[in-house]
Amino acid sequence: MAYVAVKGGERAIDAAHGWLAEARRGDPDCPDLSLTQIEQQLGLAVDRVMAEGSCHDRSLAALAIKQARGDLIEAAYLLRAYRTTLSRFGASRPIDTDAMRLRRRISATYKDLPGGQILGPTFDYTHRLLDFALLAGTPPPPAPQATPKREAAPRVTGILAAEGLMRPETANEAAPADLTREPLAFPADRSMRLQALARGDEGFLLALGYSTQRGYGNAHPFVGELRVGEVSIELQPPELDFPIDIGDITVTECQMVNQFAGSKTEPAQFTRGYGLSFGHSERKAMAMALVDRALRARELGEEITAPAQQEEFVLLHSDNVEATGFVEHLKLPHYVDFQNELEKLREIRADALRNAAE
Amino acid sequence: MTTAAGYNFGYLDENSKRMIRRALLKAVAVPGYQVPFGSREMPLPYGWGTGGIQVTASIIGPDDVLKVIDQGADDTTNAVSIRRFFAKVAGVATTERTAEASIIQTRHRVPEAPLREGQILVYQVPMPEPMFRLEPRLAETRKLHALADYSIMHIKFYEDIARTGHIATSYNYPVMVDDRYLMSPSPIPSFDNPKLHRMPALQLFGAGREKRIYAVPPYTKVRSLDFEDHPFQPIRADGTCALCGSRESYLDEIVTDDRGGRMFICSDTDYCGTRAAGQEAAE
Repeated sequence: MAYVAVKGGERAIDAAHGWLAEARRGDPDCPDLSLTQIEQQLGLAVDRVMAEGSCHDRSLAALAIKQARGDLIEAAYLLRAYRTTLSRFGASRPIDTDAMRLRRRISATYKDLPGGQILGPTFDYTHRLLDFALLAGTPPPPAPQATPKREAAPRVTGILAAEGLMRPETANEAAPADLTREPLAFPADRSMRLQALARGDEGFLLALGYSTQRGYGNAHPFVGELRVGEVSIELQPPELDFPIDIGDITVTECQMVNQFAGSKTEPAQFTRGYGLSFGHSERKAMAMALVDRALRARELGEEITAPAQQEEFVLLHSDNVEATGFVEHLKLPHYVDFQNELEKLREIRADALRNAAE
Repeated sequence: MTTAAGYNFGYLDENSKRMIRRALLKAVAVPGYQVPFGSREMPLPYGWGTGGIQVTASIIGPDDVLKVIDQGADDTTNAVSIRRFFAKVAGVATTERTAEASIIQTRHRVPEAPLREGQILVYQVPMPEPMFRLEPRLAETRKLHALADYSIMHIKFYEDIARTGHIATSYNYPVMVDDRYLMSPSPIPSFDNPKLHRMPALQLFGAGREKRIYAVPPYTKVRSLDFEDHPFQPIRADGTCALCGSRESYLDEIVTDDRGGRMFICSDTDYCGTRAAGQEAAE
């Protein structure tokens, strides 16, 4: 009858936490996992936790993953809960992904283009056969080396825009709203939507993006460009009139090129969907770009028919910390309300049975 | 028969191959009809050509010569990857020459050189349902196919013409097969659609993620959907290949700088290479 102890069950809680800590550690004869190991060898999990946790700190994300026993949503939650305690000194200047030190850059729309196609460290063309050499701990042979080309890699969307084929984006110099400080309001502007998508659950956005490809929302997407690499973060303190470089972070950026049939006032052209994510997280950036484009239906005067185009549906259900909280809260005791339901159901059934008997 | 350590010839087990061959036979018997099949998880991801790979794996034999193209080219990363896969799990001979191949697996193109009897062209298909953008529910499109009711596609084309003066579809342009089933030719450019008509080679289409197989048997009538007063018009960039000088082949656009510089080259690398070699020999 352990559950009954929810009421004032202090001893039960302490014991449960003790058990959890032991379960997290696993067999004590097995070496403890170091944060460096997680950072180095589970790097993509670290990237995902930083993105969904809205906090760029690799070692804290690694700690969260360790503490959460590898549950990445729980880890993102731990990181968010920590992030919220930090005081804010200011906002960095917008990052310049044009100046990214590229580790990977591919375009699916052109066979070759200035800056070239850089495959980089990708799973894309591996054959998914379990590699039993890893089981034996055999180190990989050294990868071939080359000096990086410092050739400019102009954005594909810019190349299309130069020909007038890409719908221009209107620059907005107003300070963007901050999703972490202000609640979402509807209709949401694009900066707010992109913030919500950037911290949104990868799996949820993946499914929504996928649905737009399968006819639920009229998407005709091409990966104009996907780039992964390091960008500088610059801060301009109010007392200085020049920005200070405070460090580099890795980001993944995806510009999806989509068809747009045109409207009464605009000719047919391409439109863009945008995705940006901390770390190396291509699936997330691509899914985000698909959903961003789907959510522009209203602005472009397209008919809204599919879930991915419905702003409230998407933005209010994409945050996995919120979602897991509400779903999992069903484990909390609800017996007061349930008692009420029980009595009501008994009453209705008794009436129905009585009426049937008459 | 085994090749690569621990895997059956062609990767799939013999029972799975037999299941797929049965679906293929049915598909050949009912041209253009989408046959559901028990698609398997493959070691290449969905979207990379798992349908085509399963079809190829089921029909390939030790004497076959395999060619794999993506975007018309043998040297594109995905084509290289799939060719290597079959070299590893089936140990078959591979080629880049269209004429020498007994099986050609393709993504997004039909080779420029005409195919002959005895060859098999295996298409990788992302969305087998030609009407999915108009009606995403599979139970509904199945009914429309049963009734041969393709009016929604005609209305879509009519609306395109009313709005822009053109049918707005450029690739994955739907075709009628044997005057009965509306079929997606896979996302090939509409430029390639006429090649499907009465082709002497067998055409097999595999959609792994969507779990459908369909086929166009040799010499079958394949007509691109259109209107009498708006006949089907295949699209091709108005240019000349910078390597072989072809004015007939389908071209890729290469961006050479960010000041509007462009050049065109053949998308079909074997066609282009063969022509360029012929010109060199003639000189």
